[in-house]
Amino acid sequence: MARWKPDLRGSEATPEETWLRRRDFLRLGAAGAIGAAASALPLPAGAGEDDPSGEVLPVARKLEMAGGEKPTPWKSVTTYNNFYEFGTDKADPAKRASGLRVRPWTLAVEGEVKKARAIGIEEILKMAPLEERIYRFRCVEAWSMVVPWVGFPLSELLKRVEPTSRAKYVVFETLLDKAQMPGQASRILEWPYTEGLRIDEAMNPLTLLAVGLYGRVLPPQNGAPLRVITPWKYGFKGAKSIVRMRLVEEQPRTTWALMAPTEYGFYGNVNPAVDHPRWSQAKERRLGEFFRRDTLPFNGYAAEVAGLYAGLDPRKLY
Amino acid sequence: MAVLLLPVVKIGWDAATGGLGANPIEAVQNRLGFWTLVILALALVPTPAKDLLGVSWPQRLRRILGVTAFGYALAHFLFYVGVDKFFDWQTISRDLTRRPFLMVGFAALLCLVPLAVTSTDGWLLRLGYRRWKLLHRLVYVAAALAVVHFAWRVKADPTRPLLFAAVFALLLLARVPGWIRAARR
Repeated sequence: MARWKPDLRGSEATPEETWLRRRDFLRLGAAGAIGAAASALPLPAGAGEDDPSGEVLPVARKLEMAGGEKPTPWKSVTTYNNFYEFGTDKADPAKRASGLRVRPWTLAVEGEVKKARAIGIEEILKMAPLEERIYRFRCVEAWSMVVPWVGFPLSELLKRVEPTSRAKYVVFETLLDKAQMPGQASRILEWPYTEGLRIDEAMNPLTLLAVGLYGRVLPPQNGAPLRVITPWKYGFKGAKSIVRMRLVEEQPRTTWALMAPTEYGFYGNVNPAVDHPRWSQAKERRLGEFFRRDTLPFNGYAAEVAGLYAGLDPRKLY
Repeated sequence: MAVLLLPVVKIGWDAATGGLGANPIEAVQNRLGFWTLVILALALVPTPAKDLLGVSWPQRLRRILGVTAFGYALAHFLFYVGVDKFFDWQTISRDLTRRPFLMVGFAALLCLVPLAVTSTDGWLLRLGYRRWKLLHRLVYVAAALAVVHFAWRVKADPTRPLLFAAVFALLLLARVPGWIRAARR
């Protein structure tokens, strides 16, 4: 098995020729998608035949921040989604989200800011140079992927609204629209989906306001037209299809933490030492691989973010 | 009763054609569990079908249905051990001793073991019908544990576990007239 070599200096961009070859493995289909690791048995995942589709985004620079690992095939990334607004089965969002109206789209940024604003998606797309960032993505359910997101640091947007000194947390709210989001008809969660970050987490350079995937606009099932990505946290922390950001003084009540406080905390930091009550978090299955691999503290981004939690009990940060 | 193997054939077909999605191991695991519950429920149909509707031909299917349900449960468990966890005994032993969701599932399987073992004519004769029948009431315990296992497995939407709970409750209720009749005799 290819041993894990942490290469977390994400400042090194992928060489151009590597980037150009990035889809070769996709064309190889399932066998190629699993990678060359000798231990990985070829699983007929069926993923990998489909090339990325959708409007191409202008990407100014590329950051490889997943230790050189190959991205999970487009098809897997776009057909295996937890997006309960469109149903609880992982195949539901890909089937039921395609009608989501992502234009026009307005994001309200309000609360403890000097310049509260409603910003149209067109303006957001031009707010800062778009970057491709290849991040590991770890779900709280102990599966994971490697995803080439497109976006820019959330801090770019937050700086523009000038948070006040009382802005301690940022709250993200997903669209609430039963007509478009059939899953909201049943009260399995409290809608709208609400997530939050501490302001320093939100301003961390790793925190991405994602608008795309594989160089294309974000497909609806992945949280179009804009979502948050915090790669050192479990996936549920990344709110999708965001319509509102509120800067607040008190720690917000977030959807999953409300639903099952013993299972999902506010922080949701990836931590192999703190098990989910129903399963171990020590290992994860990377989509396309047979054997589970060890989960890394902070999903492998400890160098970038561990400092945010100095002095806090890491066991409380699940 | 080759039809009872269709879910396995379908899994094989989907595995070969990519129909299991991005996480095929999880998909197989879930399907084996789902079909365990379905076939376990089917195994409980013949008796009330005879009592209430006077239809007696399903009686002949009871054994094969019960044994098949056990087969699916065993496959579900072995898949978890040998594929999902790949014989990671440390994790497996922790799962089976500390995580209620997995403990009840394992307990359901254990309940089915003596029923599968004593499913033969020989065992029926050896135990005597009365004792055999008493032992085989364990199937309700197994069904209840299996439904709880499913319910604790889901994260937010309890619809399907509740449906199975309702089906098993109805099947149990449907036996009451038969019991009353037997008691009067």
